[in-house]
Amino acid sequence: MTTMATPTQSTPDAEVPYYNPKSESVGAKRAKSTIFHVVALALTAVVLYPGLWMIASSFKPNAEIGGANTSLWSNNFSFDNFVTAMDGIGGVSTLQFFTNSLILAIGAVAGTVLSASVSAYAFARIKFPGRSVFFGMMIATLLLPFHVVIIPQYIVFQQLGLVDTYVPLLIGKFLAADAFFVFLMVQFMRNLPAELDEAARIDGAGHVRIFGSIMLALMKPALISTSIFSFIWSWNDFLGPLLYLNTPEKYPLPLALRLFVDQTQSSDYGAMIAMSVLALLPVLVFFLVFQRYIVEGVSTQGLKG
Amino acid sequence: MTQSPTLSRRSAQSDSPLPRKSRQRGADARAGYTFLLPWLLGFIALTVGPMISSLYLSFTNYNLFEPPKWIGLDNYTTLFQDERFLQSVGVTVSYVVFGTPLKLAAALAVAMLLNSKRRGQGFYRSAFYAPSLIGASVSIAIVWKAMFGDAGPVDQGLSIFGINLGGWVGNPAMTMPMFILLTVWQFGAPMVIFLAGLKQIPADLYEAASMDGAGPVRKFFNITWPMLSPVIFFNLLMETIHAFQIFNSAYIISNGEGGPAGSTLFYTLYLYLRGFSDFRMGYASAMAWLLLIVVGILTLIIFRTSKSWVHYSGDTK
Repeated sequence: MTTMATPTQSTPDAEVPYYNPKSESVGAKRAKSTIFHVVALALTAVVLYPGLWMIASSFKPNAEIGGANTSLWSNNFSFDNFVTAMDGIGGVSTLQFFTNSLILAIGAVAGTVLSASVSAYAFARIKFPGRSVFFGMMIATLLLPFHVVIIPQYIVFQQLGLVDTYVPLLIGKFLAADAFFVFLMVQFMRNLPAELDEAARIDGAGHVRIFGSIMLALMKPALISTSIFSFIWSWNDFLGPLLYLNTPEKYPLPLALRLFVDQTQSSDYGAMIAMSVLALLPVLVFFLVFQRYIVEGVSTQGLKG
Repeated sequence: MTQSPTLSRRSAQSDSPLPRKSRQRGADARAGYTFLLPWLLGFIALTVGPMISSLYLSFTNYNLFEPPKWIGLDNYTTLFQDERFLQSVGVTVSYVVFGTPLKLAAALAVAMLLNSKRRGQGFYRSAFYAPSLIGASVSIAIVWKAMFGDAGPVDQGLSIFGINLGGWVGNPAMTMPMFILLTVWQFGAPMVIFLAGLKQIPADLYEAASMDGAGPVRKFFNITWPMLSPVIFFNLLMETIHAFQIFNSAYIISNGEGGPAGSTLFYTLYLYLRGFSDFRMGYASAMAWLLLIVVGILTLIIFRTSKSWVHYSGDTK
């Protein structure tokens, strides 16, 4: 292999010193590796600092959070902030907000997985008139700023008396409104061999059987990515609940957090940060458990964070 | 004309070609529309319908309580005399113009750093990606506000080096750099996509270039950049569209007001305030349509110019 790569064919008189990584000394290699790790670790520290600062601050007394205190370490670590944060706000406990967020997120996952997989099957595996036109429209909605639709949507839900319910927040998930996930599943299904459905068809299986017993089983990776991302996006969603929910009892965590900030302002910094940590906790846990899936999902499907 | 004989010959070969095939086709069409039903319903009820009515509303005065009143182009003409609107355009444009390229540059640089096979690559990749996942959350907006607060940790940390910026959150001159830092900090998502793209570039291209004596700069411009251009194009398009729609952090950091001195009055925040605080739904719809038009034009420009700088693997050989 190496002999193949030597530049025997290139002009020998040109005296061009060529770069061959194999010719590097062990020392040079080690130095390069050290530099790489120093740079990468420094970058890690910078990137992770805000998160670490948040976690560290949530355990600190108020006096040590703001101002000159850049240090992550404190001698007065305590859980007091979390105790205050768990009390909740406006007479509603934080546990209630958690439950609300969980209901919305699980509803979002169920709706998205169901509707996106079914629709994607139609796009990827069934031939019918108008398919490519619809597919183009679906792709176009990826680029559509959602602000164009939120005002009429709000008006309709308001007239139907559905404001302050979870319906406006969930109905889109059951109608495959997140084109990203439909697209992701279409791409995934297109890569599955066509012989599979052909064989099933010869055996007399219809589309329902092919979808239910072959496709769903094979597209597990795409379903997992979709579930993870729709859970996290729903968990972090702020604008939807801000528009549609009025009663604190129904608030999910991000909205409760805003209410908390509004009412406490900077008077209880520690509790505010502790509540921020609580609101991010499931996402952080998800990330630690599924980071492989998440990062790989992004690189193969081009999802955003 | 040339196709008809082959077609008829093919149908003549099979025993009962037409009825069976057309029956299958009919069944497929029915199945296709049935499976597509959720998306179709959503597309009509949640996208097309609302788009048409928002276009209509943008020519009206509508406050949610009285019927819409047709006013023609008034909303659009008023917009360009509305100082807060113009300010929100300025804020958003400077965020997109400075934030997006910086974020993509950071993403590409770090992707190239991580592209070599080294220990811990997976760890770094995950660590750098993490902010992208949580960056738009209310929690991070609160953390950012606290960290960049006037006389907060970042300010104090910089004063150690003798840098005194006079605060970030309360200083109209520094709010934009703060938001740009927030978006650059989330370089992980485009970075992961860049990394996947870099892995597709055949190593022998670099080897051949090395033999020809190309240095790292030439290798970057002659190999990495053209080979990666489809991925750069994708990231540029998505990040630009994404950046126009920043809302959560703007709302939280400015207490939903866009202050100080309107320096954080992002377009979507102003749209929200007009629509859902002042109940000027027609005005807000006009803003939404302007945004749609601008994003549409930008997408078109990016697509058009991409022909001159995006190389797909098909046309390199």
